[in-house]
Amino acid sequence: MKEDIVLTMRGICKVFPGVMALNGVDFTLRKGEIHALMGENGAGKSTLIKVLTGVYPKDAGEIRVDGVDEAITIRSPQEAQSYGISTVYQEISLCPNLTVAENMFIGRTRGGTVNWKAMEKRAGELLDSLGIPARPRQQLSNCSLAVQQMVAIARAVDTECKVLILDEPTSSLDDKEVEMLFRLMRDLKARGVGIIFVTHFLEQVYEVSDRITVLRNGELVGEYEVEKLPQVQLVAMMIGRELENLSVIRKENPAGAAKKEVRYEARQLSSTESRPFDFYIGKGEVNGFTGLLGSGRSESVRAIFGADPVTGGEVKMEGKKARITKPLDAMKNGIGYLPEDRKRDGIIADLSVRDNIILALQVLRGMGHPISRAKAEAFADEYIKALGIKTASTDTPIGSLSGGNQQKVILARWLLTHPKYLILDEPTRGIDVGTKTEIQKLVLKLAEEGMSVTFISSEIEEMLRTCSRLIVMRDRNIVGELTGDELTQSHVMHTIAGGGGDSE
Amino acid sequence: MEEKGKLRREPITDTQLLMTITVCIFVGMYILAILIWGGGFKKPQMLFDMLNDNAYLIIISCGLTIVMITGSIDISVGGVTALVAMVGVMILNGNLTLFNGLIAALGLGEGARIAFALLMSLLIGLAFGLVQGYLIAHLEIQPFIITLAGMFFARGMITIISVDPQKGPQDLMDILQKRIEMAWLGSPNKKGVMIPARMEIGVVIALVIVVLVYLLLRRTKLGRSFYAVGGNRQSALMLGVNVRQSRFMAHLLCGLLSGIAGFVFMMHTGAGNATNATAAEMNAIASSIIGGTLLTGGVGNVIGTFFGVLTLSTIKSIVTTSGLRDPWWQSITTGAMLCFFILLQSVVLMRKNKRKK
Repeated sequence: MKEDIVLTMRGICKVFPGVMALNGVDFTLRKGEIHALMGENGAGKSTLIKVLTGVYPKDAGEIRVDGVDEAITIRSPQEAQSYGISTVYQEISLCPNLTVAENMFIGRTRGGTVNWKAMEKRAGELLDSLGIPARPRQQLSNCSLAVQQMVAIARAVDTECKVLILDEPTSSLDDKEVEMLFRLMRDLKARGVGIIFVTHFLEQVYEVSDRITVLRNGELVGEYEVEKLPQVQLVAMMIGRELENLSVIRKENPAGAAKKEVRYEARQLSSTESRPFDFYIGKGEVNGFTGLLGSGRSESVRAIFGADPVTGGEVKMEGKKARITKPLDAMKNGIGYLPEDRKRDGIIADLSVRDNIILALQVLRGMGHPISRAKAEAFADEYIKALGIKTASTDTPIGSLSGGNQQKVILARWLLTHPKYLILDEPTRGIDVGTKTEIQKLVLKLAEEGMSVTFISSEIEEMLRTCSRLIVMRDRNIVGELTGDELTQSHVMHTIAGGGGDSE
Repeated sequence: MEEKGKLRREPITDTQLLMTITVCIFVGMYILAILIWGGGFKKPQMLFDMLNDNAYLIIISCGLTIVMITGSIDISVGGVTALVAMVGVMILNGNLTLFNGLIAALGLGEGARIAFALLMSLLIGLAFGLVQGYLIAHLEIQPFIITLAGMFFARGMITIISVDPQKGPQDLMDILQKRIEMAWLGSPNKKGVMIPARMEIGVVIALVIVVLVYLLLRRTKLGRSFYAVGGNRQSALMLGVNVRQSRFMAHLLCGLLSGIAGFVFMMHTGAGNATNATAAEMNAIASSIIGGTLLTGGVGNVIGTFFGVLTLSTIKSIVTTSGLRDPWWQSITTGAMLCFFILLQSVVLMRKNKRKK
């Protein structure tokens, strides 16, 4: 093993039933570098981390760390730690009710008693040397999230740490806090700690890392030095399109790009999860939010529907001021929302297909006006036929249907309420190709009939096929709006990556 | 930076804050009672009576505080206490033939009965703690359900052992009910004769237990792991805390302490009765909460609990002294005070934690 290398992983494979999660992935970490691990959903980032920390056993390949002559097997996070590999997870795994010092030392001291003085002294020294603004005797919950994150890092590096894994450490921090964290990361880097930085924020990667390893579909795309990899190329590699092949022509835009009368308009709308943004959609328009995972596209539409607590902004529905702070408000204003996480926010698995279909309409009518059994049956039959839902009967629990059919049921639920504006967040994820095309066709047909539709999909082609206007988001901000001739793969990617292809 | 300003303030944990509030309220309330109702409250014996009557409750509450810190609950404690008291009395008065035989066979004197009673107290308490702790920590069954079953089981056992109330024999009870007399804290009675302040042995036991549990919670790894588990079980696991063992030990200790409480209860009353220590678990929960233990776990302290018991008892004394002798007045004021405390706690914690942003 070369002098400055602290960790090598060679040909790592991990198979889950039916899925090759990792296929011969190599990864090398040098002493004193910040190495970003990038990839879209399902690329294998977290699987690789979990193999490295002993959460999953690897199926093939070898792992070597500095200071050990042979290949090692890591069976548990504790064992990983004994090799000098520490992890700080996205969800801070500390106890909020304990003091900062205790959180740094609990579970790893010897003996049956606690020596508070020595512990607090040691904690104080460590915090000082790392420049973390926390006091040993402070209760952890009184620290800001960033400081809590840094306390977790202090705990991790206090054990003989050569490899520090930071799994999405910045996702709940604001800009100032991120800056604090970066300062700490650079400091640790200067001390020779190798840091694996998992994140989906592009800007942050370019700000702090030295090297990038890109994974896609469980395979290694490559390892690059940051200066030699332009952002747009990184995006292309993550999404999996070579830049040369990006000029796939888009057919004439079916939904009509001309701006018609505005149906819904938001000014500086923000929620607890999204930053303020402006947005509008015209009558009969299909538009879409695009961006990488975590760019804030889902959070934006959730704000429109009031699915997350709305914190500010002005909303107009067909020119009239509207107050939409919770989903019921949105529904009463004629907005429907098909959520990204179907299992959690969409279906009610144990209820029948029929009950799932009439759910939204029933809510709109209120408790006092139940939909009669016969009517419900008629509605269900109508939409099962119209959307081609494959189900044994209207009584079948929705949980036993396939993903695509469940999605159609949720779609039927909203169509039944005859919304003026329908938001579809990842309606085609995890469903078969045939159903995907059907849903795309349906979206275009609904738009022709005058419905406004906002469409979100991870597949850019799908977006290009259906939307006449794309709002591009990066790192939780809207960075561009593409219409007409700008709607090409390369344009979209340039805008996502920032620089070069901006439409404004 | 904003962080700097915060650093200057001496940090205080939720546990310390809530405990301080309780102690202040107790002291304030007691002084108020002396000022308004004077009389009884002026005599130190009033305080010692409270301790004598509530020694067993202090011990139970200590156990419950441990369990509540881990985020769990044990409502079998009252039942176990009553069961232990019944068994103890019957060993003393010779109505449990098994022990009569044992003592005769070993050729021991009557005094050995006390030793056996104590031994059985510890064993019964441990047995409840062991079984409940195992079911809760290792099989992850809801603590409320398990200990509810434990409560019914213990109460049922009492009736099986003896339907009739039992009384301890005078000679042995005289030994057990010896009081520590403190002339310097005495006060004159109506005839003007100085009566020394009297404290039962049970109070000493209770105080020793409070100190021991305090040290356990503050100074040992096991004690700190109780807090970690109650604060965030998943995190505790990730931090390398043995969560199962902690939860098990908490319930085991709680069981053991209810056993000791049963013995102390028997020392105080000298009687075994199916209705002994009725609702003791509820009073213990109330005391712990008043003492600053959160039902959600992770926050609490036995010093606070100790004052919680005294506060509860002071409230009752005040109600009685102020002429509201009907028992429901005690319940109503206790309820109101509990409500007040919980509101106060959440307001204080909310204000404290708001500052962090």
